[in-house]
Amino acid sequence: MKSAHRATTVVVAVASLLAACVAGASAKSVAGEATVTISVASLIPGSTPAAVKQFEAQVKQFEKANPTIKVKPVEYQWTGPTFTAKLAAGTLPTVFEVPFTDARALGDRRQLADLTREVKALPYYSKFNPVVLAEGTTSSGKIVALPKGAYAQALHYNRKLFTQAGLDPNKPPTTWAQVRAFAKQITEKTGKAGYVQMGKADNTAGWILTTVTYSLGGRMQAGVGANARATLDNPQTATALNLLKSMRWTDNSMGANFDYGWSDINQAFAAGNVGMYISGSDVYTNLVQASNVDPSIYGVTTIPVAKNKTAGVLGGGTLVAVRPDASAAARAAAVRWIDFYYLRPLVTKPQAIRNAKTLVAGKQPVGVPALPIFNRAQYLLANTWIKPYINVPQEQMKPFTSRIFDQRLVPEPAVATQAVYHSLDTVVQAVLTDRNANIPQLLQQANSTAQDLMRRAT
Amino acid sequence: MGAVDAMGDSNVGAVSAARTLPARARRRQRRTPVTWARNGGLATLLLLLPTLLVFGAFSWYPIAQTVIMSLQSTNLVDAPTWVGLENFRTVLDDPLLWTAVKNTAYFAVLALIFGYPVPLIAAVLMSELRRYRGVYATLAYLPVVIPPVVAVLLWKTFYDASSTGVFNTTLGWAGLGPYPWLQSASTAMPSLVLEATWANAGATVIIYLAALTSVNTELYEAASVDGASLWSKVWNITLPQIRGVLLVTMILQIIGTAQVFLEPYLFTSGGPNNSTLTVLLLIYNYAFANSLGGDYGAAAALSLMLAAFLALFSLVYLRLTRSWSTE
Repeated sequence: MKSAHRATTVVVAVASLLAACVAGASAKSVAGEATVTISVASLIPGSTPAAVKQFEAQVKQFEKANPTIKVKPVEYQWTGPTFTAKLAAGTLPTVFEVPFTDARALGDRRQLADLTREVKALPYYSKFNPVVLAEGTTSSGKIVALPKGAYAQALHYNRKLFTQAGLDPNKPPTTWAQVRAFAKQITEKTGKAGYVQMGKADNTAGWILTTVTYSLGGRMQAGVGANARATLDNPQTATALNLLKSMRWTDNSMGANFDYGWSDINQAFAAGNVGMYISGSDVYTNLVQASNVDPSIYGVTTIPVAKNKTAGVLGGGTLVAVRPDASAAARAAAVRWIDFYYLRPLVTKPQAIRNAKTLVAGKQPVGVPALPIFNRAQYLLANTWIKPYINVPQEQMKPFTSRIFDQRLVPEPAVATQAVYHSLDTVVQAVLTDRNANIPQLLQQANSTAQDLMRRAT
Repeated sequence: MGAVDAMGDSNVGAVSAARTLPARARRRQRRTPVTWARNGGLATLLLLLPTLLVFGAFSWYPIAQTVIMSLQSTNLVDAPTWVGLENFRTVLDDPLLWTAVKNTAYFAVLALIFGYPVPLIAAVLMSELRRYRGVYATLAYLPVVIPPVVAVLLWKTFYDASSTGVFNTTLGWAGLGPYPWLQSASTAMPSLVLEATWANAGATVIIYLAALTSVNTELYEAASVDGASLWSKVWNITLPQIRGVLLVTMILQIIGTAQVFLEPYLFTSGGPNNSTLTVLLLIYNYAFANSLGGDYGAAAALSLMLAAFLALFSLVYLRLTRSWSTE
């Protein structure tokens, strides 16, 4: 018995020693490598093989130009809940994207790496639109994120359904009354949903409701910082909800599904089941990359804006940030990648052309409408460089591109933005699923919830 | 051979020594660490160590951390601060807590009414079959094999609320519908229960089928001689004979339904208008719904409250049903 026990003990001890040796060896070999490896947010899950191939081609170009940096693409899509889970678990890639709404607060809480030194060394640093750069700058002046792109909310519409419904696809609606009438006509003539709106409880329902409220002249918050006050129960939000209620319950022009999120509303649109919907002006890229939209059906116009002094178009954008625990070498490599992939195509002609060529070869969209993250002159100049490569249906985008610069752009609510949107999610859901929803009461409840969340955030 | 002989001798010696020693002396001998090690205690501990480490790292450490976190305020970046019972107060003051409790109870009741008898009936019917029993058991178990996320996504397309949805088209042939399924506060929860029953019944069917094989067939034969009907046999023989298993599956189902998360999360995200918000989804929302870092303290506090409730409930349940299950 004794010898058997001894043998077991020896086996366990040897196995443990071996395991320790193997672990030590692998750690040593990683530390000894000269190259630095960074993981970067690539495309959203479900992107087409062509889009993935195009991204990989860009990675190869980058690695060729930077032989000491190895890039590991990671599928990535920002959503409120998944981002927090990844942030808490420490599983975000080295380079990742966050919306305008979150970067500053995350930076203030030291959840993003300080990139100030690296960013100020970029040759085009002075050309950044200061308002846009401020979105990625903390209250203490540290730059923690760089802009990837800015958008204005837009009304996307299906030109084919417009034609089938007897509407002129070159004359999209310019008022909310027209949106309602057009939606009704589309449903009556084609059987498809005339107008749909995101209704998922992942903050998107609140985001779109805020967009409509802004277009009518309302705001979700008043005051700034610790003095900010929730104003979700404003008359314009009530009007927006009543419009929704009429389209849903009186006209029955919103189809049968009311829980669309950002991705699945794009899929429904690309599948030809949606007449009109609101999303960012740059959504065409996703419609091509993830939903294979037929370009001929696509149309986009500006959000109908009421004729009052406060009415405007909600604008937002995406920033690129780096994990706070990235080493100095990884941080420098990350900024190089951001420079190569996101920014250089907007400021240097050879890179812009090379990027456009790669995109065109990969059958990816070039020339999607966006807002300038550098000054407007730079934006227009960059567009002239890539003009021969533009492959998006620009004529069909004219109702948007010809009007957007004349419109008043309004930033998203400043305090606890996503939490405020989340408070509004249930209001939108109630209106879309309950014929007898009490709008004033729902708004009052949402306002009280939002006020509490804003208080906790400040 | 020599080693075996030696082992045999030592065993014989130990047994005879134990026989001759008084009881107190034997106890004292067992307590000595050297004797414990000599008798194989060290090897036992070493073999147990991996399991202890895995359990410690992945079960007990997180549980201890949850208890600590429920008394702290943390964003997982800055140093946490102690807040006493503040997190528990936050949870109890949240009006959504009672919505979540009510919804979870509703899910549990619906799952008990529809989900509990279905596997039992299926198992009894299958056990009556003489041929192809294995095929039916496999068919019943198949949904369990399908990854739960895939199953939910599949059912989500079935539940399409338009008249062209799979269920609505099928029901339309009989002149029924279209129904809103997940798009209405009143039908969303029953829709989740329907899918959950389909997805989980297979595993319980297999347990019942195994339990049914242990029922003495002579009892059925005697009942047949007495002219008992099928229903009478099931009621008077089958159910009493497998009552121990029935009680265990019931408590497991109640614990499982109290922790329902996958279906409301993937199907509806708690909507429409919080009608499918369950306790576990609320815990998830506390921790993760706010993209700027959630209220992990409140999430931990509610997790502990749920665990305490389920432990208490299980104790009461086992105490109340003890006599019935061992009769």
